[in-house]
Amino acid sequence: MTDKSHDPNQMTGAAMIVRALIDHGVQHLFGYPGGAVLPIYDEIFQQSEVEHILVRHEQGAGHAAEGYARSTGKPGVVLVTSGPGATNMVTPLADALMDSIPLVCITGQVPTHLIGNDAFQECDTVGITRPCTKHNWLVRNVNDLAKVLHEAFYVATTGRPGPVVVDVPKDVQFATGTYHPPRKSDVHISYSPRVKGDAMQIRKAVALLAGAKRPVIYSGGGVINAGREASKLLRELVEVTGFPITSTLMGLGAYPASGPNWLGMLGMHGTYEANMTMHDCDVMLCVGARFDDRITGRTDAFSPNSKKIHIDIDPSSINKNIRVDVPIIGDCGDVLADILQVFKAEAKKPDIKPWWQQIATWRARNSLAFKPNRDVIMPQYAIQRLFELTRGRDTYITTEVGQHQMWAAQFYGFEEPHRWMTSGGLGTMGYGLPAAIGVQVAHPDSLVIDIGGDASVQMTMQEMSTAVQYELPVKIFILNNQYMGMVRQWQQLLHGNRLSHSYSEALPDFVKLAEAYGGVGLQVSKPGDLDGAIKEMISVKKPVLFDCRVAALENCFPMIPSGKAHNEMILPAEASDPAAAFAGGKALV
Amino acid sequence: MNQPASAYFLEDRHDPNETHTLSVLVQNEPGVLARVIGLFSGRGYNIESLTVSETESQKHLSRITIVTTGTPMVIQQIKHQLDRMIPVYRVVDMTLTKRAIERELAMVKVRSTGEPRVEALRLADAFRARVIDATTESFVFEITGNTDKITQFIDLMRPLGLVEVARTGVAAIGRGPEGM
Repeated sequence: MTDKSHDPNQMTGAAMIVRALIDHGVQHLFGYPGGAVLPIYDEIFQQSEVEHILVRHEQGAGHAAEGYARSTGKPGVVLVTSGPGATNMVTPLADALMDSIPLVCITGQVPTHLIGNDAFQECDTVGITRPCTKHNWLVRNVNDLAKVLHEAFYVATTGRPGPVVVDVPKDVQFATGTYHPPRKSDVHISYSPRVKGDAMQIRKAVALLAGAKRPVIYSGGGVINAGREASKLLRELVEVTGFPITSTLMGLGAYPASGPNWLGMLGMHGTYEANMTMHDCDVMLCVGARFDDRITGRTDAFSPNSKKIHIDIDPSSINKNIRVDVPIIGDCGDVLADILQVFKAEAKKPDIKPWWQQIATWRARNSLAFKPNRDVIMPQYAIQRLFELTRGRDTYITTEVGQHQMWAAQFYGFEEPHRWMTSGGLGTMGYGLPAAIGVQVAHPDSLVIDIGGDASVQMTMQEMSTAVQYELPVKIFILNNQYMGMVRQWQQLLHGNRLSHSYSEALPDFVKLAEAYGGVGLQVSKPGDLDGAIKEMISVKKPVLFDCRVAALENCFPMIPSGKAHNEMILPAEASDPAAAFAGGKALV
Repeated sequence: MNQPASAYFLEDRHDPNETHTLSVLVQNEPGVLARVIGLFSGRGYNIESLTVSETESQKHLSRITIVTTGTPMVIQQIKHQLDRMIPVYRVVDMTLTKRAIERELAMVKVRSTGEPRVEALRLADAFRARVIDATTESFVFEITGNTDKITQFIDLMRPLGLVEVARTGVAAIGRGPEGM
């Protein structure tokens, strides 16, 4: 028998977990302790390589890890206990799955001999999280733990990224076994995402692009996930082809909002020019987006006369909602590089001047127009001022979910990828505040702003305490209209203006609330005071709750109403008259 | 169609449904069947029949055969959704290969005496069903064949004293020398 007592790879399961985090380059861990993870917390206490951020609620840990992941491109890591710790993580896991965010979540579990026994703080974590993770594992043997942890990181970060859960019973954390560093054989051989696009399909795509008269590029979060290089390649493709480009909510920043070919965001609250361009185009290049129902409007009237090229790393995204003509399975960056290479070698910039003239008439409708007000702060104006006053700074924006989120997407210009963190797929109210904390942890010297609503921020307000504890100077910019604005908007438009339970009654005094947490509270209600207050917010080196009192009943336009197509948008009353903008009779509004 | 007040776009889809048999080769590990079944219930797909057993125990491989119905677009989605699961090695649409053999096994219990009993035995012979249990007033037949044949046999047994049926669901394999 060999003596294993001096083998450095012999260690407890709890020690393996910390070692694996270090081996995967993890610097920050978001979590909350509890009975079933105490051995792991004991290991964390005895080292200094991984910094643990203590949240106030497990959901906060999950969203913070999402913000961390999205702003860095690295996986976000979470540690929570069994039972309620795990169930509180379900929302962030589902959120990360929908938005393809790499998360590694380690959950404690009751000891193996108690599993299935309805033990204290027991729940079927792998059962509950199965449909809201990319994959999950229950580790019953300490000698499987290293392999599973390494595979978890690999699965979370490769292919279409997503959240994974590793459930570790307490006896496995205590047991001693053999650790090994990451190696290739740790991964299921059945898992091998395709990165390189098919060469034939790429040629077909280039032929379509080269012959296009009315092209459009429609990009999504996949470009952001594919890394900075993919965004560079996307910009180069726009430059080389001269094509107009629009993006989904998740894709903002891949192409700069100040770029000459930018049409603005598309979809339900997208710009008129973006949606009309999508509707009337003859060739559509979809890069890393998934034809989501907020994007397409009525699917049977979606871009009826176009040939569609779809680049996606996930084959299940192809033909899910919209039938496409040239699917290309692969990583956006790799495929864009190949398309560029073939295009440069074999095609020349198509002449699409008439198409740009057409787009100019749509643009002239000025679909984001709103009525300025001297007495009340218009929410759109608040975002405009926030954008102007933070321009040129090293800024990251997160949001909650609702009207303020759409206004942020419409009025804040994103110049770079990884600067915009929002819950797009799941639409999780309460995402923005903890996400901002995660972003600030990763970028301690940057300006991190959560654009929130008065209803959303209250869902995870407790994380203000986390921000104060770790001296994270996040700025919570609340567009306070005293309503769940988007709910109210739908009730107004679709439910006979019966505002059922959408009024924010008994709102807290956000200034006092900020002070109670040990942060700084600011409140403005006059447009004239807005700039000064925003400047003060930026200069404060503490967490700030900024209570921006805005017009209560403003609605978010433009909008594709339910059951309608891209060319049937409702424009704001302030938009230009079609006759003034466009002499033809084509625009159906 | 009339769109009710909804934040979602509702639409009728009229594509005709098709029935497909899928063979899915998976790593035999805890929870793998739950993943596959959860995918079907979670995304609203149909399962007409499902069989599963370990087929290569040394490699820990199991083969799941699923008969499902849906529009061509949904069937394609099902295959992609299965294929992207981590423990899934391969998904083959046996219906599209047009060269697959599909078989089911059923055990059919019939209780009768006199002429119906004789008739049941005669039909069983015609269907090449074997008697695997008998009493003076009952038989259990074992029958193998494709789904239609088994359904037809069961329908014939109904007036002859059918008591109960146990069916395995469809197993499928391709013709010729190649594996899936």
